[in-house]
Amino acid sequence: MNASGVVELASGVLVVVGALVVLSGGVGLLRLPDFYTRVHAVGLTDTAGVGLIALGLILRAPDWGVAVRLVLIALFLALTSPTATHALAQAARRDGVHVWVAGDPRQ
Amino acid sequence: MTPEVELINIVLFAILVATAVGITRLRGLYGAVMLAALFSLVIACLFVLLDAVDVAFTEAAVGAGISTVLMLTVLALTRAREAVTPRRRLWPAGIGSVLAGGMLIYASQDLPAFGRPDTPVQSHPVTATYLQASQDEIGVPNTVTSVLASYRGYDTLGELAVIFTAGIAVQLILSQVPRHDPDFEREKLLLTDYRVLRVVSKVLFPFIFLFALYVQFHGDYGPGGGFQAGVIFASGFVLYGLVFGIDTARRVMPGRLLQLLISSGLLLYAGVGVANMLLGGAFLDYDTLNPGHPVDGQHLGILLVELGVGITVAGVMMAIFFICADRRAAG
Repeated sequence: MNASGVVELASGVLVVVGALVVLSGGVGLLRLPDFYTRVHAVGLTDTAGVGLIALGLILRAPDWGVAVRLVLIALFLALTSPTATHALAQAARRDGVHVWVAGDPRQ
Repeated sequence: MTPEVELINIVLFAILVATAVGITRLRGLYGAVMLAALFSLVIACLFVLLDAVDVAFTEAAVGAGISTVLMLTVLALTRAREAVTPRRRLWPAGIGSVLAGGMLIYASQDLPAFGRPDTPVQSHPVTATYLQASQDEIGVPNTVTSVLASYRGYDTLGELAVIFTAGIAVQLILSQVPRHDPDFEREKLLLTDYRVLRVVSKVLFPFIFLFALYVQFHGDYGPGGGFQAGVIFASGFVLYGLVFGIDTARRVMPGRLLQLLISSGLLLYAGVGVANMLLGGAFLDYDTLNPGHPVDGQHLGILLVELGVGITVAGVMMAIFFICADRRAAG
């Protein structure tokens, strides 16, 4: 296998793993019992999954311009996505949403 | 269309339909607004698949961006739950929607198939003129911009006048509120004591405004232009107002300056046209701006009118946000 084949394979693996991570976040959103656990699931997996997908696409970028744009998008998401998750969770806490403990019904 | 694109189209349309059904079923209006933003985003993706990147950019910036923010601001003023309509009163509206939808579906049977070459859009001589002559006459790489700002400059001026009028009308209707009570807790809408948000947005502001300027001045070369740039600029400013407080934002952008911006953008656009007439050409005939070198005149004219569009759009969006926020503060 030559060098470009290795890069292509690595990019494919990164994109697929990223998609699976995002999918696991979706499953968590549906399955977890309360607001905080759901936000936790989606917040973590979105940042990680999109980061992996962007990394995979950078390896595939046809030229420098596209690669730089993808790096900027990944940086922007790495900064904003956790911030949005934090703001959501904090707003819920101020609104008095209770934290789920084992044994409570799903909210 | 390749099978992959077709598959993506089917998936996107399925999401679109599910979102639309979701919006009609939701009683909580905050959720409905977020779904409407998703709807715009999916439509923007479909526009990208149709190679209409300028339209997709506008849809993403306006539909998913600023209109979501403005809707949320308005929701903060009103109730956030839809009132329950009695079932018997749903019948007339239901019958009306079924009839209208049926008529649209019936009419869509007459639409030409996607990409058919013998439709008026493809075969009308003006299409060939715009696509082939614009490189020589106007010399702007992005033909969408040359059509929007030069060939169809009157239409765009009209659109800008509509936005201007809407902005003025919203201010006239909503600004009639009693002066607020200083003890009223006015910061409730705002996110002023979220420290993480403050730090992160402070880091991001320069880049948001830089990106708005890039979109503004890069519209000749790629997707973008005054409308998108104005909306992005206004979104950045609305974020500033939400995170640092309306009063701080007012100090940066006083109401009087805002009114000046709103009207000066439209004046700049129309003024370019008047200048063309004074120089001996037709209204909005940018060739006259540089008689020896008409292509340079076109570049300058497009730059100026796009700047006018950007200034007015940004001003109107910021003014609507301020009006809603002030009304909230006044109770």
